[in-house]
Amino acid sequence: MSTMTDPPKADFRLSMLINDTRYRSLTFQVIAAIVIALSIWYLGNNLIQNLRAAGLNISYSFLGDPSGYDINQRLVEYDSQSSHGRAAVVGILNTLLVAFLACITATVFGVIAGVLRLSNNWLVSKLMAVYVEIFRNIPVLIWIIIIFTIMTAVLPGPRAFRGDNATSSMLFDAFAFTNRGVYIPRPVFANGLFGATILNWLMVIVVLIGSWFASREIEKRATLKQEATGERPKTFLVKLAVWLVPFALLMLIMGLTWDIPALKGFNFSGGIKVGGPLIALWFALSIYTGAFIAENVRAGIQAISKGQTEAAAALGLRPGRIMNLVVLPQALRVIIPPLISQYLNITKNSSLAIAVGYADITATLGGITLNQTGRAIECVLLLMLFYLTASLLISMGMNIYNASVKLKER
Amino acid sequence: MKKSVILGAATIAGLAAGAAAAGTVDDVKARGKLNCGVTTGLVGFAAPDANGEWQGFDVSLCRAVAAAVLGDANAVEFVPTTGKTRFTALASGEIDMLARNTTWTFSRDVDLKFEFTGVNYYDGQGFMVPKALGVSSAKELDGATVCIQTGTTTELNLADFFRSNNISYEPVPIETNAEAQQQYLAGACDVYTTDASGLAATRATFEAPDEHVLLPEIISKEPLGPLVRHGDHEWGDVVRWTLNALITAEELGVTSANIDELSAGTDNPEINRLLGTEGTLGEMLGLDADWAAKAIKAGGNYGEVFAKNIGEETPIGLARGLNAQWTEGGLLYSPPFR
Repeated sequence: MSTMTDPPKADFRLSMLINDTRYRSLTFQVIAAIVIALSIWYLGNNLIQNLRAAGLNISYSFLGDPSGYDINQRLVEYDSQSSHGRAAVVGILNTLLVAFLACITATVFGVIAGVLRLSNNWLVSKLMAVYVEIFRNIPVLIWIIIIFTIMTAVLPGPRAFRGDNATSSMLFDAFAFTNRGVYIPRPVFANGLFGATILNWLMVIVVLIGSWFASREIEKRATLKQEATGERPKTFLVKLAVWLVPFALLMLIMGLTWDIPALKGFNFSGGIKVGGPLIALWFALSIYTGAFIAENVRAGIQAISKGQTEAAAALGLRPGRIMNLVVLPQALRVIIPPLISQYLNITKNSSLAIAVGYADITATLGGITLNQTGRAIECVLLLMLFYLTASLLISMGMNIYNASVKLKER
Repeated sequence: MKKSVILGAATIAGLAAGAAAAGTVDDVKARGKLNCGVTTGLVGFAAPDANGEWQGFDVSLCRAVAAAVLGDANAVEFVPTTGKTRFTALASGEIDMLARNTTWTFSRDVDLKFEFTGVNYYDGQGFMVPKALGVSSAKELDGATVCIQTGTTTELNLADFFRSNNISYEPVPIETNAEAQQQYLAGACDVYTTDASGLAATRATFEAPDEHVLLPEIISKEPLGPLVRHGDHEWGDVVRWTLNALITAEELGVTSANIDELSAGTDNPEINRLLGTEGTLGEMLGLDADWAAKAIKAGGNYGEVFAKNIGEETPIGLARGLNAQWTEGGLLYSPPFR
């Protein structure tokens, strides 16, 4: 009878850190980590020493000082007596606004162009190919400047709208397209349910969300009925009513009126002004990134086997429905991951805003504030922090969505 | 087996600190070239001409300093800077001096740790509008859209002026003079505001300059001058006294035409000290005895530089005004050379 004994344990020797494959990779990683930590420490130390030699220090107290400059697009209350911190907030909101708008329109452009590039119509597919290639291969800064320059050169100035022999006139007497931006009527509630305007608007949003839930419920019921009987009831009119009736009622109760822009002095006043810089930046970012998204969409569609399309056609589905019900839902799994990085690109590229005088975070905190206070390192660190946070949040949100459309494996 | 080998992490350690320590004079001499920060292009002050040679009022000062230190007015590397990048470029040692229509302010001098070495142009912020607007005073600009160069003192003056007069405006921040010009001419802004000298220089490049007027209000004091880094006083002295030499030369009647004759010696002791035939002023600065003579030869005295680049004979057509010698009722008053 033999007893099992463990093989004798080899004593650990230092040379094993290099020679023994169990330890070798660990050794190299520890060395690399030490080198990186040392370099960061060295660079940081270098910065602090040089700042001290120049008699400078790192301090964020400037964020509380009055900024002394004005910003042309303010989503929150701000004037030149507000603090630098508030100016940064105004910039952050402007960045988020243009990034959000551009993400939506870029997706629309991208999906349309991507689908059309695969069209059987030779002319359409070649046109889309030309669009994608031209926009993808020219830097976005150039597009931003081109679009802005064209806008300011082609559209008339506010002065052209003045006088009896005005060379320009307002569209429907309500919309003014000038080279400083587009003026559109602003809805005003004559007798709102609440004192504060913001609460009235929240009310509108609540009603619209309610309509959305209701219309989704109608769709669900129609699907249930279809599965039970094979007949799909017509839902279009009911859905339209669900959207329109509550909304119209609310507007009637609140007494909706329009504040029409009018030429007063140098500019139009009243209404909402969508500034030229915002339009140029929004359009340029959308059309540029749209070209990249178009390629992602094309790749996604081409990843779906042709058999799916043929099978759907054999069932008698029309081409539009094949695309919407069979191909795109499957293609989404391929499209969404690269789409996330395109959204991040839009957010980061929006920092080119100052080229057309749009006051985003890079123009306020990283531009004027940095310049007037001379606190370059502090401002740039804050900028980095903001863009990093924004990018990670967008990435997180899109990854959650990606998980919801992913192929469910059980 | 996974291996993560980080290449190049160690090379970072090879990056030395960028800030130049004291001894800019020696650095410039060793390099054989002066790095001078100028604007990205403002006709009359600093702009490349048809041959790609930098010309202008600020450029002449760079050339004078290079001539004083190196004896060669062409030994200058011109570094174009925007309102935003200029201070970083100077603080990091990328340029040795900045001559870029920069306003001497308390915070730039004290908080940003720079040393202004004098004033080469006394200016003030003005407004330019198209004649067609029918505006005769800046106080009538309520609701106007205003183009401003971002990162300058003009941005803050503008906000203060409109607030104190209780009128509103809409700013259009612009990075460079060229962009502002395009926006203004397209009518995307009603008004362009910057230093009056810059407005005159910009207007001179228009196709129809007389269709635009400068409004009478000058809303700020803008003493423009060259600046260097804090803490290198020898270098600061060189730049300061080069500028003073040009101003004194005009006061004493030393011009590029008669300087060779005067360098032989005169019976005016101050001219002799200035041109290095008497005393040891050059030695005190650590330069040659004829440093000031070389600086004056580079482009003439202050008056000649002014007349050649921005004076009334040029398209820019600026009058001397405040920038006349103190003997002529202006503000130019150089400390004596003794």
